[in-house]
Amino acid sequence: MNSPTPQFVPSRLGIYEPIHQIGIWGENFKSNGNPNTSTSVIVEVDNKLENESETTSHEMLTASNTYEQEASKPIDKIQRRLAQNREAARKSRLRKKAYVQQLENSRLKLIQLEQELQRARQQGLYMGGVLEGSHIGFSGTVNSGIAAFEMEYGRWVDVQHRQICELRTTLNAHISDIELRILVESGIGHYFELFRMKSTVAKADVFYVISGVWKTSAERFFSWIGGFRPSELLKVLVPQLDPLTEQQILEVCNLKQSCQQAEDALSQGMEKLQETVSSTVAGGPVDEVSYIPQVATAMEKLEALVSFVNQADHLRQETLQQMSRILTTRQAARGLLALGEYFHRLRALSTLWATRPPEPSLP
Amino acid sequence: MDKVMRLTTERGVVLFSKSSCCLCYAVKILFQELGVTPTIHEIDQDPEGREMERALMRLGCKAPVPAVFIGGKLVGSTNEVMSLHLGGGLIPLLRPYQAFC
Repeated sequence: MNSPTPQFVPSRLGIYEPIHQIGIWGENFKSNGNPNTSTSVIVEVDNKLENESETTSHEMLTASNTYEQEASKPIDKIQRRLAQNREAARKSRLRKKAYVQQLENSRLKLIQLEQELQRARQQGLYMGGVLEGSHIGFSGTVNSGIAAFEMEYGRWVDVQHRQICELRTTLNAHISDIELRILVESGIGHYFELFRMKSTVAKADVFYVISGVWKTSAERFFSWIGGFRPSELLKVLVPQLDPLTEQQILEVCNLKQSCQQAEDALSQGMEKLQETVSSTVAGGPVDEVSYIPQVATAMEKLEALVSFVNQADHLRQETLQQMSRILTTRQAARGLLALGEYFHRLRALSTLWATRPPEPSLP
Repeated sequence: MDKVMRLTTERGVVLFSKSSCCLCYAVKILFQELGVTPTIHEIDQDPEGREMERALMRLGCKAPVPAVFIGGKLVGSTNEVMSLHLGGGLIPLLRPYQAFC
C-alpha cells in the first residue's frame, strides 16, 4: 500500500528541507469483475491542498464505504464509480504537478536570492552603489534586465569553469587537433556569449555594466569600460604560448600595438564624455532652484556611454578573434586555458580578500 | 546627397563627425596616433547637416557618425575601423596619407 514519503528539495548550498507529505496520490483498484471483492483506495492528504483533497478523499471514502453496500448493483454502476475515481485521481495528479511546479519556482528564486546575497557580501565597500542602483525593490524593466543577467552570468561562470577543466585534461591527453578545435571554438564562443549578454543589459542599465558590480572585487580592480582591457589579456596570454614562430611573434606584436592604440582612443573618448557631462551638469546658475534643463541635457549625452561599452566589448571580441587566427589550435587552447585560469584566480583572490582576518588593532 | 558624394571623393581620409560626439572624438584621436590628419566634416555645424545625415545612412552606415572614407571608399563606422585596425588592414590603407613629424 502507499504510504507518505518525505520528499527533499536540495538547494545549491546543500540545505535540505523535507517537504512533508507531498501526497502520494494513487489508484489502487483491484477490479477483477467480482462484485463481492472489496477494494479500498488509500489516499494520503497533504494539508496544503486540504480543501480540495478533503472533498476528494471524502468522495473516495464514500465510494469505498458504499462499495460493499452496492456490491450487488449492476456492472455499469461499478463502472461509473471506477470512472469517477479515475477522474478524481487524475485531478489530484494535476494538482500535485502544479504544486511541485510552484515549489520548483520557489527553489529557483531562493537560489537566485542566495547568489545575490553572496555577491552583495563579496562587494563589501560597494554597498552605496548597490543600494542606489539596487534592483531589489526597484521598478520593472531595469530590474528584470539586471536580474536576468545576474542569473545568466552565474551560469556563464559555471560553464566557464567546466570548460577550463575540460581544456586542462584534454591538453594533457593525446587528442586530435580536430577535436581540440571544437573545444577552442566553444571556448571563444562562450566569451562572445558574454558580450551579447552585456550588450542586452547595457541597454537596460549601462551604469550597471560599467560599474562592474556584477564582477568580483579583484576583477573590478582591472576593469576598463565595463570589462577587461584587451592589451592586458594579451599580456596574460603570450607568456603561456611559447614557442611562437617568428611570423607569430610579429603578428602578436602588431596586434598588441593596434590594441593599445584603439584602447587609448576609446579612453580619451570616455574622458571627453566625462568632461561633457560634467560641464553640462555644472552649467547654468546655481542660485536657481531648477536644474532640470542641465540634467535633461546630461541624460542625452549619457546615451553615448552605451556606445562606448559596446565598442569596448567589440574590441575584446576582435582581440580574441585575431589571436585565434594567429595561433595554432593547440596554442589557442593553451591560451584559453591561461585566460580562464587567470580570471578564476582573480575570483578566488576576491573571495580570500573578503574573508581575510581583520588587522589587529593597536593598543 | 550630392554634397556627401562630392566630399567623399576628396582624396585622402575623410571623416564625417559631429562636434558633440565623443565616439567621433575617439576616432579622431586614433587617426592622430596613426599620423593621419583626416578631412573632418562636422555635420552638426553644416547647414545641410540633416540631409547629409540621411545620405550617410543611405550609403550603409548604421550610425551617421562617425563615418570614415579612405580614398573615396567607405570604410565604415567605429566598429569597422577598429576591426580593420586590429586585423592589420588599416595602416596599409592609410600609408599614402600618413605624415609623421
